[in-house]
Amino acid sequence: MKQGRFGEFGGQYVPETLMTAVHEVEAAYEHYKKDPEFIKELDDLYKNYAGRPSLLYYAEKMTKDLGGPKIYLKREDLNHTGSHKINNVLGQVLLAKKMGKTRVIAETGAGQHGVATATVAALMGMECEIFMGEEDTKRQALNVFRMELLGAKVHPVTSGTRTLKDAVNETMREWASRMDDTLYVLGSVMGPHPFPTIVRDFQKIISKEIKAQLQEKEGRLPDAVVACVGGGSNAMGAFYEFIPHESVKLYGCEAAGLGVDNPKNAATIANGSIGIFHGMKSLFCQNEDGQIAPVYSISAGLDYPGIGPEHAQLAEIKRAKYVPVTDEEAVEAFEYLSRVEGIIPAVESAHAIAYARKLAKEMTKDQIMVVNVSGRGDKDVAAIARYRGVNIYE
Amino acid sequence: MSRIPQAFKDEKAFIAFVTGGDPDLATSKELIIEMEKAGADLIEIGIPFSDPIAEGPVIQEANERALAAGCTTDKLFDMVKEARKEVSVPMVFLTYVNPIFTYGTEKFMERCKECGIDGLIVPDLPYEEKEEISGVCDAYDIDLISLIAPTSHERIRMIAKEAKGFVYCVSSLGVTGVRSKIETDISSMVKLVKETKDIPCAVGFGISTPEQAKEMADISDGAIVGSAIVKIVAEHGKNAVKPVADYVREMKAGVVG
Repeated sequence: MKQGRFGEFGGQYVPETLMTAVHEVEAAYEHYKKDPEFIKELDDLYKNYAGRPSLLYYAEKMTKDLGGPKIYLKREDLNHTGSHKINNVLGQVLLAKKMGKTRVIAETGAGQHGVATATVAALMGMECEIFMGEEDTKRQALNVFRMELLGAKVHPVTSGTRTLKDAVNETMREWASRMDDTLYVLGSVMGPHPFPTIVRDFQKIISKEIKAQLQEKEGRLPDAVVACVGGGSNAMGAFYEFIPHESVKLYGCEAAGLGVDNPKNAATIANGSIGIFHGMKSLFCQNEDGQIAPVYSISAGLDYPGIGPEHAQLAEIKRAKYVPVTDEEAVEAFEYLSRVEGIIPAVESAHAIAYARKLAKEMTKDQIMVVNVSGRGDKDVAAIARYRGVNIYE
Repeated sequence: MSRIPQAFKDEKAFIAFVTGGDPDLATSKELIIEMEKAGADLIEIGIPFSDPIAEGPVIQEANERALAAGCTTDKLFDMVKEARKEVSVPMVFLTYVNPIFTYGTEKFMERCKECGIDGLIVPDLPYEEKEEISGVCDAYDIDLISLIAPTSHERIRMIAKEAKGFVYCVSSLGVTGVRSKIETDISSMVKLVKETKDIPCAVGFGISTPEQAKEMADISDGAIVGSAIVKIVAEHGKNAVKPVADYVREMKAGVVG
């Protein structure tokens, strides 16, 4: 019996040592997702700790400037810790606590998921260790200190390409060596079953809120939802409730780095092929021998050579469209949203803004587009300055 | 017919691992040939993978060295085919599911058969997912070797029932690498396997000294050593053949002693 499949994608490709642990998480999740007490506690945390619901903001100036559809921004950047990552972490760390675990471990790329995990671990009195590619600890030095401030131990990962995929490898190795008291709080809709499902379920609150908020403001569904995709958790959260509504077009924006034709990119759906890695069958950037490619993006959070299995399925059945966005386009969008709306988005989210600017030209004034601003850009200011030749360090 | 039973037929087996293509393919071939001469009863050859999540630092680095030196799956098959002309003990590949899947499972097994490979160890392909390749393995008479871990408990019977070749008993939690002490109750794991199926059990992960090898072989059918050999290769590079052969001889003596 094959577990956790999205069409042919997904599965549970982990070492035997970890099978008992993933089954334990699966059983616990199946139990607690129906437990009224768990649901109530999580709901309370969303409301009173994370600040949900997040705003659905009508970006009037951007709408006028682009001259196309009405543009709404889903403000996940306003959540506590500054991104959508907190939605999943609150759910998983609460689950860990219910399971009797006392320690959580997690990978992080840009540091958003690491910061969210360290935050909730502090809140719930759990021990916390974060694995972060050494390259990323340099790109996001401030977030390293932030995690330490929150009481987490940060391990710089020096194997492989020293970025997000290597951080995932190292966190899996750590989990295989200690699982009795430890839960691996995976940060995206990826990895072995049940993680793609758990993370999607904790993130689907984004689309649930968009749906209700837009109903209240406009009395209808949006025509398009746009989100950036690395592993794909904010996009899956923003898409999920709209999947059954065929009239809502879904756009996932991949990091194309220096361009899809340049080897320095991380656009998995544009350039990847089917493979099995990090516990799942999905699409990966890899060579003909199945060696995982060293990918690149200005955004440490999208710098991942794979994509969640449910996205691979949405791409295959053409329910969602995945488009590449380059570093240059993302940086321009980062600056654009800052100036036009006074909102500094995360460089990850800027990929979605960049595509929204293009898409607006193909849509009409009577239509509605929702863009998910998955995180805030404070963490990226120094990197963007450097990209523009201003030599500042955080 | 798989050659694997022959490794366990007379006495306790010593199973030696090297990463293919580390430091280069020519040295790997010599290592395989000389390890047999030094007493290895079964040889495991690692197909290098960019992201070996079940390996500790020693074998991770060997994978990186092999890939940097230009090892590809095809070149490794060619080398093994040459080595097979001089080697009569069973040889198995250890690799991750992605290099097999990406190569094309059918084509991969066809080449295994052609090159004299007897079995496959795939650390990230658990029981629940083994159908990904097991049908094709069977068609080409390649034993897909099952692993059991200290966390397997009640899974052991289920796994043992369908095991082929031998059962790889993972001695410790975590990843491959030398350990000063093995604390798992291996005897109970082996006993559970044997109650279910008459199949050899070999213990791996963490073994580096002849004493440890003997201790593990005494409660099973053999000992598997990887990181300790790869470490010698890392230290001596192209000149590793003699020190590795010396080490294998010492370990084999430990196992049967």
